[in-house]
Amino acid sequence: MNKLIYLDNAATTAVKPEVVEAMLPYYCEKFGNASSIYSIGQESKEALENARQTIAGTLNAKTEEIYFTGCGTEADNWAIIGTAEAYGNKGKHIITSNVEHHAVLHTCEYLEKRGFEITYVPVDEKGLIHPEDVEAAIRPDTILITIMFANNEIGTIMPIAEIGAIAKKHGVLFHTDAVQAFTHLPIDVNALNIDMLSASGHKFHAPKGVGFLYIRKGLKLKSFIHGGAQERKRRAGTENVAQIVGMAKAAELAMANLEENEKKQTALRDHLISRVLTEIPHSRLNGDAEHRLPGNTNFSFQFIEGESMLMMLDMKGICGSSGSACTAGSLDPSHVLMAIGLPHEIAHGSLRLSLCEDNTLEEVDYTVDCLKEIVARLRAMSPLYEDFVKKQKK
Amino acid sequence: MAYSEKVMDHFTNPRNMGEIENASGVGTVGNAKCGDIMRIYLDIDENQIVRDVKFKTFGCGAAVATSSMATELVKGKSIYEALQVTNKAVMEALDGLPPVKVHCSLLAEEAIHAALWDYATKHGIEIPGLQKPVTDISEHEEEEEY
Repeated sequence: MNKLIYLDNAATTAVKPEVVEAMLPYYCEKFGNASSIYSIGQESKEALENARQTIAGTLNAKTEEIYFTGCGTEADNWAIIGTAEAYGNKGKHIITSNVEHHAVLHTCEYLEKRGFEITYVPVDEKGLIHPEDVEAAIRPDTILITIMFANNEIGTIMPIAEIGAIAKKHGVLFHTDAVQAFTHLPIDVNALNIDMLSASGHKFHAPKGVGFLYIRKGLKLKSFIHGGAQERKRRAGTENVAQIVGMAKAAELAMANLEENEKKQTALRDHLISRVLTEIPHSRLNGDAEHRLPGNTNFSFQFIEGESMLMMLDMKGICGSSGSACTAGSLDPSHVLMAIGLPHEIAHGSLRLSLCEDNTLEEVDYTVDCLKEIVARLRAMSPLYEDFVKKQKK
Repeated sequence: MAYSEKVMDHFTNPRNMGEIENASGVGTVGNAKCGDIMRIYLDIDENQIVRDVKFKTFGCGAAVATSSMATELVKGKSIYEALQVTNKAVMEALDGLPPVKVHCSLLAEEAIHAALWDYATKHGIEIPGLQKPVTDISEHEEEEEY
């Protein structure tokens, strides 16, 4: 195969041509500032509000509950720090999990240094949070529960409905980082009792550099970026109209095909998982087989290291990612793989292959064929495998 | 992070990869926790010349490349010359390594030292300047299999 096989859609996605097409008029022709009163300014304003309405519709939210941001990380920071600032007089306790994205974890650590107490609810060996653990962690001074909708590394879908109900019952605000889930799974913020939700455009075929935060009406969250009166005075800065239009277009396309995409990706995902586990010895699936994002697979291959695997896959034109320390530039492997209890060397040998609706069976089969060769080659090179084989012979 | 062409070459086509049966000296360094383990096998003749050398490595691209380069640098050398192969020499021979990967070259140097130490101990020889390796993990415990 000569073409690139892109299986890292949890990292970022290709922008769809229809999305680029929707964005283009807002660069050279309709470039007006959405705050200006002349026609091209007002056209920008209209495009912005249409985009807001589209995004709100996908979540069963009100249009005025959607606030555009520069990325998912900004939305997470704003939701958490904004809640801490607005409700800190009520209490200084926040509940999160130990498998959150760093955008949430590091933000919580930031607040810890500023007098807040954080409870990191653990996950089980499949990466699932148990709602009763969240409920047990609630104290009279708890102001926020922030739990991701689905995990970015191992794809586990968290019991959001149960956690939302618990938050509502105890009168605690509930934020969810839905960066991996938005447009990949159906989300109804009202049915799920979600008070705040973060999402990022580039995870669903919109460009990088645009995201949003849903904030339930009535919440006292203040502005995080200070300046002009944009976004109902809550997020200053000239709106990135073209990219916001692109994000809305991408959301519209994804939502129109949600069921079909989910079905297609799930079938492809399960085929990939089944082939890897049956054809590659000493391999395991990380995460839950059932409560799993349609596009996510995450494996560990014993006796080998992730970066070497990625480099060899790259030589075959295949893009994936790993929770190995080497790829992160640190000595510790991924905190998510540690949280589900993997020993270090198993975590070092992890590989995430994340699909999108454009991947094909042919691509997946070619990838497994290459992967078999690569794993065998790296094992032939591995002193750990040598020891294992010698021990077996004894 | 970008690897040099030489690193990529040694990663793609590692030299001297494998095992030596009844080797004169074997050294294993690093640990699985950090994600790098290197093992060097030395076949040393009666004139104390490294007649053959092989390596096995669990680790990233840089770990494989530094192991491979280290074997090239010691092959055909006397045990005293082999001891002088430093991590700097390995790095230079590879046209450099990204800063986060410098520890891989240190591991390669330590692996050679560990193999030489094993040889010296087995043959009752003292190699001036050679110290007992600190990170030898040949006695490491096997983790349970998945």
